[in-house]
Amino acid sequence: MQLVLEKRAERSTLIAVTSPLIAVALTLITFAILFAIMGKNPIEALYVYFIEPLTDPFTLQEIAVKATPLVMIAVGLALCYIANIWNIGAEGQFIVGAVCGSWLAVRTNGTDVGPWLLPVMLLLGAIGGALYGLIPAICRVYFGASEILTSLMLVYIANLGLDYMVRGPWRDPQGLNFPTTAAFDPAASIGTLFEGTGRLHAGSIIALFVVMLIAVLLGRTLMGFQIRLVGAAPRAARFSGFNADRLVLFSFAVSGALAGLAGIIEVAGPIGHLDPGVPSGYGFTAIIVAFLGRLNPIGILIAGLFLALTFIGGEGAQISLKVPLDLTKVFQGILLFYVLACDSMIVYRIRLLRTQKRVVPVHA
Amino acid sequence: MLDPSPASDPLRSAPLLSAVSISKRYGDFLANDGIDLDLFPAEIHALLGENGAGKSTLVKVMYGLIQPSGGELRWMGQKVVLSGPSEARNLGIGMVFQHFTLFENLNVAENVALGLPPTESFAAISERLRETARVYGLPLDPKREVWRLSVGERQRIEIVRALMQNPKLLILDEPTSVLTPQEADLLFVVLERLKAEGRAILYISHKLEEVKRLCDTATILRGGKKVATCNPRQETAASLARMMVGGEIGEVKAASGRDTLVPRLVIKNLSLEPDDPHGTRLEDVSLEVRGGEIVGIAGVAGNGQDELFAALSGERLAPGEGAIVIEGEGVGLLDVTQRRRMGAAFVPEERLGHGTAPRMKLSENALLTGHAASGMVKKGFIDKPATLAHVDRTTKSFDVRKAKRDPEAVSLSGGNLQKFVVGREILREPRVLVVSQPTWGVDAGAAATIRQALLDLAARGAAVLVISQDLDELAEVADRIAVMFHGQLSAPLKAAEATRERLGLLMGGANTERESTETETKHAVGA
Repeated sequence: MQLVLEKRAERSTLIAVTSPLIAVALTLITFAILFAIMGKNPIEALYVYFIEPLTDPFTLQEIAVKATPLVMIAVGLALCYIANIWNIGAEGQFIVGAVCGSWLAVRTNGTDVGPWLLPVMLLLGAIGGALYGLIPAICRVYFGASEILTSLMLVYIANLGLDYMVRGPWRDPQGLNFPTTAAFDPAASIGTLFEGTGRLHAGSIIALFVVMLIAVLLGRTLMGFQIRLVGAAPRAARFSGFNADRLVLFSFAVSGALAGLAGIIEVAGPIGHLDPGVPSGYGFTAIIVAFLGRLNPIGILIAGLFLALTFIGGEGAQISLKVPLDLTKVFQGILLFYVLACDSMIVYRIRLLRTQKRVVPVHA
Repeated sequence: MLDPSPASDPLRSAPLLSAVSISKRYGDFLANDGIDLDLFPAEIHALLGENGAGKSTLVKVMYGLIQPSGGELRWMGQKVVLSGPSEARNLGIGMVFQHFTLFENLNVAENVALGLPPTESFAAISERLRETARVYGLPLDPKREVWRLSVGERQRIEIVRALMQNPKLLILDEPTSVLTPQEADLLFVVLERLKAEGRAILYISHKLEEVKRLCDTATILRGGKKVATCNPRQETAASLARMMVGGEIGEVKAASGRDTLVPRLVIKNLSLEPDDPHGTRLEDVSLEVRGGEIVGIAGVAGNGQDELFAALSGERLAPGEGAIVIEGEGVGLLDVTQRRRMGAAFVPEERLGHGTAPRMKLSENALLTGHAASGMVKKGFIDKPATLAHVDRTTKSFDVRKAKRDPEAVSLSGGNLQKFVVGREILREPRVLVVSQPTWGVDAGAAATIRQALLDLAARGAAVLVISQDLDELAEVADRIAVMFHGQLSAPLKAAEATRERLGLLMGGANTERESTETETKHAVGA
């Protein structure tokens, strides 16, 4: 007997839809075993991780707050990944967006400039992220540099740039020498939606809007078709007359803009000021979200909420189960591993091969 | 090389390899249905059939690449189970594939050594390679890198590699599809010699004249079943074709009295460096294709046809706008989309991955070339019903058979996908059509449909340029034929003057009129 992977004649739509669910189920089983080995009750552990956060209105809102930047960045990344363009630097674009938007907030701090302030900040954040995303794109198109390396390295540059700004020119004079800007004025902040019950803010609504916008772009427009075609069959895309270079620039600009927008929303929303702790790995976690969501905007929305749940659940587990917070990262790693494994079942099927002839039963 | 005793057995009483009632099932599809076949020593046995008739499946079973679902193989009367190609090779079965399995950047000897068991030293293999090549008159330089070799030379590597294992049975899958007529003649000499040595040869082909000339026995498959085993020399090409197709193939007819005055596609002194290091440089290519005519470009693959197609379609830009003229306007610097908008259409050689995105639906593949000028896009948004309507029209006009209305391109058979790809362009009524290998790997029925569509398009006044390696195809459709060799294009010959002999010489690089007349004289004297 032999196990072989056999190519399917056509992609299995059923598996394409269920593969993330199978992956999640396998991850949960693996995780339960892991807890058992650690001497914890697996049922209780899974409950603390995945059910408890859903039972409390405050943590429910926290999940949405956490999911907002993840989803917004991940739908942008999905555009790139579908076109086989590897933007690994969303974290850097996130930071630059946060810094660009904050510039206006810091400049106008303490003055009343009018209701245009917040929208312009968001716009500046998106433009900053887009321009920063265009650097690796231009390096690839004009100099043939690998965008994987350049976009990743630009993350560190952005990080140091942020560090410089908050320790130097933008440091809050009343901040007791802490590296942080002054708290943003209310006019430069995104308010919470349900005062007093949690931190859910209008940025989550923007994220939903972005999801719909990208879904329409990918599914209904010629631009979206180009992106899908370049990823699926580059030679056919060239024959189709599409300019692959322009597409690299477009995808990086859009994903950079969305990451930058997520950055300024995070700063103007839940955080309320700029400090070196703003980048917390959303740009990297969003890569997992993009793939777990099958590079599909709606899928990414669900995946983003799910990953946010693991973050919040992990925090709860740290307190009540005394397990390390790093367990959340282990969980995310295992999950990505299973997603990729299950994905191969879309194009392949597993077959049992008998090398020996079957024994024919003798009829009496 | 081989014990010659089987050759002296005139009764050919014992078959070397017998396939007994071989069946192979893939899901609901029966690729082979109870096929019996006996291969005798010192015999060239043809396996004939259209694409999809089950030839490849049967051969893969005989070479141990796949396991039959039913039936058995007998080697010299003994039942055998071949669990893999190495077992087949150990028995004495060698195979030369249609698609070569060679590493471009390795040299000849390295490629051969990779296919042999690692028990022999590399020096010994090189020596044996040189010797085998010499004995059979298949000249090969063991030190030469494969990418420098012509397709004919690459095939020699495959044949020599198989012969170095001293096979009793050699299987060749469509060996002449990549050769010039002269190269094919050389191959036949080698095959006759192998036969005289007592080896059995299974020769897979769909070229009937070739089979009549070379083979002692022919087995014909259709739809996975064996139709007949016969002596091809006692059959006519027409009777063999009837058995293959199971009916008459529609004759392809050209319309008469076409108006061929307006030059619609003009190539003027086009020279172009290849963008791929293994590519071919185009040198001073000039050609004029007028409305109403079909011009053919013959030539062995790899002589610059791909580069010419890319330059004509706009996938690569020409050095100047005047190098390529469509409908009187210089388009050398315009991209594919702009050329399509001017009424040009293109069908590349490779259906999957170039002409279509394999994993995308047909409607999306209609959009792939239709987005430029077919009303499928409105203000940047895709008009999905319009793309589906184009699929439906193509399906109807070109008899594309598929399991559902809008399947993925990859799920269609080769012939049906090719009908879709050609039909997709022709239904746009282009004024200029450039098509490369229009019927490569396509069954006879689909090929006839496609060729007729090309003729009809020309009859409606379009200029059609057909790049093909198939001389029979060019003879059938083209009004004039030019030959590509080493990136240069010969002056076109009128179809009536373009004999196989003359084209073959041009394909081999003899590009002066004087040389070809001399050879013709020699042949005349010899005859």
